[in-house]
Amino acid sequence: MLGMNHLLAVAGTFAVMAAGAVILPDWAMFLIVMALAKGLVCLGIVGMMRGGLVSFGQGLYYCAGAYTATLFANSFGITDIFLLCIVSAVVCLAIGGLFGPLLAGYRGIFFAMLSLALSMVLYGSLSKLSVIGGTDGLNIAAPTFLGWEPEGRALQSGLYLFVSALVVAAGAVMWRYFHSEQGLIALAARDNELRVEYLGASVRKAMTLNYVFGAVLGGLGGTIAALALGHVDPEFAFWTTSGEFVFVAILAGYLSVPAVFVAAIILELVRSFSNLYFPNTWQLALGVFLLAVIVALPGGLGSLVDRRRKREGAQ
Amino acid sequence: MSQAILDVRDVQKRFGAVTAAQDITVQVPAGAVYSLIGTNGAGKTTFVNMVTGYLKPNSGSISFLGRDITGLSPRKITQLGIHRSFQIAQLCNDLTVEENMLVATTIHGSRSPSLLRPAHSAEARDKVLETLERFGIADHRNRLIPELSGGVKKLLDIAMAMAGDTRIMLLDEPTSGVAADEKFPIMDLVIDALKAEGVTIIFVEHDMDIVTRYSERVLAFYDGRIIANDAPDEVLTDPDVQKYVTGVTA
Repeated sequence: MLGMNHLLAVAGTFAVMAAGAVILPDWAMFLIVMALAKGLVCLGIVGMMRGGLVSFGQGLYYCAGAYTATLFANSFGITDIFLLCIVSAVVCLAIGGLFGPLLAGYRGIFFAMLSLALSMVLYGSLSKLSVIGGTDGLNIAAPTFLGWEPEGRALQSGLYLFVSALVVAAGAVMWRYFHSEQGLIALAARDNELRVEYLGASVRKAMTLNYVFGAVLGGLGGTIAALALGHVDPEFAFWTTSGEFVFVAILAGYLSVPAVFVAAIILELVRSFSNLYFPNTWQLALGVFLLAVIVALPGGLGSLVDRRRKREGAQ
Repeated sequence: MSQAILDVRDVQKRFGAVTAAQDITVQVPAGAVYSLIGTNGAGKTTFVNMVTGYLKPNSGSISFLGRDITGLSPRKITQLGIHRSFQIAQLCNDLTVEENMLVATTIHGSRSPSLLRPAHSAEARDKVLETLERFGIADHRNRLIPELSGGVKKLLDIAMAMAGDTRIMLLDEPTSGVAADEKFPIMDLVIDALKAEGVTIIFVEHDMDIVTRYSERVLAFYDGRIIANDAPDEVLTDPDVQKYVTGVTA
């Protein structure tokens, strides 16, 4: 699946990230855990962007994953993070498998608005369902790790290491997918659907696959966020949450997997420090930052790597 | 004459009150080279679009090797071996020449493209390079599409369409947008490559020199109908064709 060089890169990336569990302060670990959780969701959007679509409703899966884990944990008393992630991923896979083929027939703003509509339906439903907390949401117990029940700093480190491993694994899988035969077809469909259909490939299938991958990643991101926060509420599915994911995806661009997580961390840092230094105008700082990125790097952070690759190729 | 590979019978296509094609009946034998001539709006591209599934006829039938393909999707028809190129080359502008060709070889090489198998494997790239060399465009492999000349774009478009198991190739104005001195070399290259593989060729063309030189049979379209179906010399001297299509008077 991955060559030796890629496996070494994956292992190296994890080793570097894992070092953070020792050297980073608690606040930074929490910030990075949240950034990486959102980065997983954004990686799903980037997958769709490679096919030319932008989902404005990825909050649907972020929220569905978070609520699935919470309800599963609260109903069955299961707190194992591995199991919760698997359950959330399966539920989101099923939801994505249901909506994916329907949405794959739409393009541009219609796809964006339909995906947004689905997330807002979930938001509205959860807000009205008082049996699962309504607008107040629900609490979820701290996670355990295959029987290990850490507390305090150890819990924070355990969660950080788990998320790092999950991000590296998901990043490797998506990188493999982006560079696979089906990934290339999705990329070609972004440019010219007519050509792809007249070569004999199904554009709809490519779009559905991208959507389903995005659903699973969204569910995993939501599960991690719920466990890190210890709480879920319908805001997970609100349009501003989805907008934030799109923000990161635009910042990252569709050309690089690592750029997604770098962008997610940058966004969290910019937001945290803007909030600290300009508490009343931090959204303005965030907007100016995004504008600057769009002007300077219309292809996102990933285009920096890709430009170099193309230049080397041309030479 | 060998058995018809393409059998079009009484096909009609209407767009509202406009009839773009009517009473189209033609049998194309395997391995033949047909050209379609006619003024703009005569029904040539409508014919190509109906055969390749882009348009569904209102009535009539289209059969490929005895199988009814009327109204099948372009994807299904392509998978059967009926491939096409376009009047305006349909390429992926953000990809390089090599990557465009890789898309074609990937799709044609596998009925079910893999989620894991790398698209850029050494084997796949060798195959791409071989095809690009065959069409004389290997030197352009690392260039993006907007950097290419019209001729190279056309060749790449045709090379992509030919990447699979092609039985019939429909070329929609293969020399339009190509420099005058490139037209014949391009046609030589394309027709030779297709003939070498026994592919049946149907091409739309406005240049009568190209029609005369490369086609074995000509279909002349006028007002959505076929007004002549014969050898090039016969068709081009037909009074109706001269009056309505070529504009040449005796």
